[in-house]
Amino acid sequence: MSKRLISLRGKDILGLETMTVSEMELILATAQEMKSVIDRDIKKVPTLRGKSIVNLFFEASTRTRTSFELAGKYLGADVVNITTSASSVTKGESLRDTLYTVEAMGVDVIVMRHSADGAAQYAAKVAKPVIVNAGDGAHEHPTQGLLDMFSIKEKKGTLSGLKVAIIGDILHSRVARSNVWGLQKMGAEVHLAGPKTLMPRDIEQTGVYVHNRVEDALDGADVVNVLRIQRERQHKGLFPSAREYARIFGINQARLNLAKPDALIMHPGPMNRGLEISPDVAYGDQSVIQEQVKNGLAVRMAVLFLVLMGGKDIETTA
Amino acid sequence: MKLLLKGGRIVNPAQGFDAIADILIENGHIIEMGDQLSAEGAEVFDAQGFVVAPGLIDMHVHLREPGLEAKEDIVSGTRAAAAGGFTTIACMPNTKPVVDSAIIVSGILHRAQYEGVVNVKVIGALSKGQLGTELAEIGDMILTGAVAISDDGSSLNNNSLLKTGLEYTSMFHCPVITHSEDDSLVEDGVMHEGAVSAMLGMKGRPAVAEDIAVARDIMLAEYADAKLHIAHVSSKGAVELIRQAKKKGVNVTAEVTPHHLTLTDEAVKSFDTATKVNPPLRSADHVAALIEGLQDGTIDAIATDHAPHAFEEKDMEYKQAPSGFTGMETALGVILTGLYHTGKLTLLELIERMSTAPARILGLKAGTIEVGSPADITIFDADLEWVVDSSKFYTRGKQTPFDKKALKGKAVATIVNGKFVMRNGEVCT
Repeated sequence: MSKRLISLRGKDILGLETMTVSEMELILATAQEMKSVIDRDIKKVPTLRGKSIVNLFFEASTRTRTSFELAGKYLGADVVNITTSASSVTKGESLRDTLYTVEAMGVDVIVMRHSADGAAQYAAKVAKPVIVNAGDGAHEHPTQGLLDMFSIKEKKGTLSGLKVAIIGDILHSRVARSNVWGLQKMGAEVHLAGPKTLMPRDIEQTGVYVHNRVEDALDGADVVNVLRIQRERQHKGLFPSAREYARIFGINQARLNLAKPDALIMHPGPMNRGLEISPDVAYGDQSVIQEQVKNGLAVRMAVLFLVLMGGKDIETTA
Repeated sequence: MKLLLKGGRIVNPAQGFDAIADILIENGHIIEMGDQLSAEGAEVFDAQGFVVAPGLIDMHVHLREPGLEAKEDIVSGTRAAAAGGFTTIACMPNTKPVVDSAIIVSGILHRAQYEGVVNVKVIGALSKGQLGTELAEIGDMILTGAVAISDDGSSLNNNSLLKTGLEYTSMFHCPVITHSEDDSLVEDGVMHEGAVSAMLGMKGRPAVAEDIAVARDIMLAEYADAKLHIAHVSSKGAVELIRQAKKKGVNVTAEVTPHHLTLTDEAVKSFDTATKVNPPLRSADHVAALIEGLQDGTIDAIATDHAPHAFEEKDMEYKQAPSGFTGMETALGVILTGLYHTGKLTLLELIERMSTAPARILGLKAGTIEVGSPADITIFDADLEWVVDSSKFYTRGKQTPFDKKALKGKAVATIVNGKFVMRNGEVCT
């Protein structure tokens, strides 16, 4: 172990594919400290006083937007939310011009959610403020990946050597992709399972294991991350019915018993209880689903702090 | 005034000729070829160290006129052609309105004659309005000068209409050109389906969508006993299907673009909308199959699918941006760099694919250098090193995945009907 200064100051947080192990370690370590702030009676600290953050959301979101908003506010920053319905985007303004407008108001960080894959990369290219990707299409959702890793590490002590099963609609999931990159870099073994129609072809080239039988992915798993199934995928003919999905791919207690006895159950939310996950599993002893939400706040506090205030010496193997 | 091209290396695939010689031009035609021709009364162009080739022909260009002039028009498009070394281009009918009647064909030809700097040939639509329901006035357009028939831009979903279109067009000995991708399989896909799309989360356009469409097009062409030309082949399955069809004697030809020959889907990782094109940039195994197909003659021609768009149209989120980019001003450099300097094609083969073959497919009196033929000539420096700067392009479409790339080989002069239309990279007039 050696001490090294790493810094994320001024860096765009676009995805975990491009993030280094030491950067991820820095965020996770900082999130640990931030988590204690959330439990304080008076939560507000003045760390980011005088800094301004805009949540620029082109897609509906409750938990991620609220999480970023509170993260900024707990750290003392000014936070403004812009959502598509309330902006000039509905008047046909281009993404470039919307970004220029926000930039011109002296904003330090733009937290952006967009339905187009690569929108965050585009924003980083054209706009000067730091861009934090809060989800771009089916591409990446880096803070979700980080909060999932934080939640696992908190319970298991490490990520290295763990078997993590990710179950469901991998094809349309930015959560899955950020997990695939992040977990593997941290030494975990990632197993994906779901209907073949919701599995991207050639995804095993990223190093993951792909299963069509959920049971094979669950077998001996340390962590089971269940993804949301959107009903519109059924309407597009990618699976026949909710009841068939639940029967063949749904995570219930009987299936969960195939995993290790102390396996964690995770879900990025919002859940479809009775579809991809049964209520007894969602609320059972192994579930850390609610804890994930709190960890999400801590991770986003860490990210906002680090991109604005820099880094520090950390113990690193990298 | 005569023009003497002195001391160049003449490479003329039509006659298998590759040697240093002079060319004398008068009244738009080549009047003499040989060693040490007299320069008396002639302007002399020193072609020493350069390749003198039959004028390059781009059989797949979107000139965008009429109706889409923010992207390109006949003035800018033909200047881009001249700058790239093309003496003849054929323009696709997906304009506004669609080129689906004789009056629009003659309108473009007329405008090109007065405003254009290179020869323009027109490709007429197969269906009225390119709507895929009713045949356009194919015969009328061909009799007015259309050289091929196509609903390029998308694949015809209506098998029956393609069948009758092939049957009808075959009466006029004209090729039908197909954009072969099955719509129901590509849906709203934005890039090649494979490992890269899996990583980027982007919706894929699977190669099998092209294979199926090419298989159908070949079967219908065989059935209709018609002349079929497959545009911008990009999948290895399509190459194999065309290879087999040719062996069987089906009257099919095919083209491939410089970008499909030299780039892969890895380029999309930049999220640069200049990499978005249909059919999409595919993986390396497909690229290898395309090169092999071009080498063994399965693929006859190289065409650019020059598809300019306005800045504001391409300056978008990837999935919202329109497909296509410009190609005429980079094509020769890209092909020389990627296929000639790497030893994959000889100069004779390269010029055959970019001049002789497209002339043959479209039935043009062009693509050769011989006494009596029109003096359409491209002179290029195969070793000139340059860096692509799209801001200097003549085309209005500045988007290209080759921007800022270093290339080796460039046209130095373009001669159309005996007159220079480009010299040293500058378009004359």
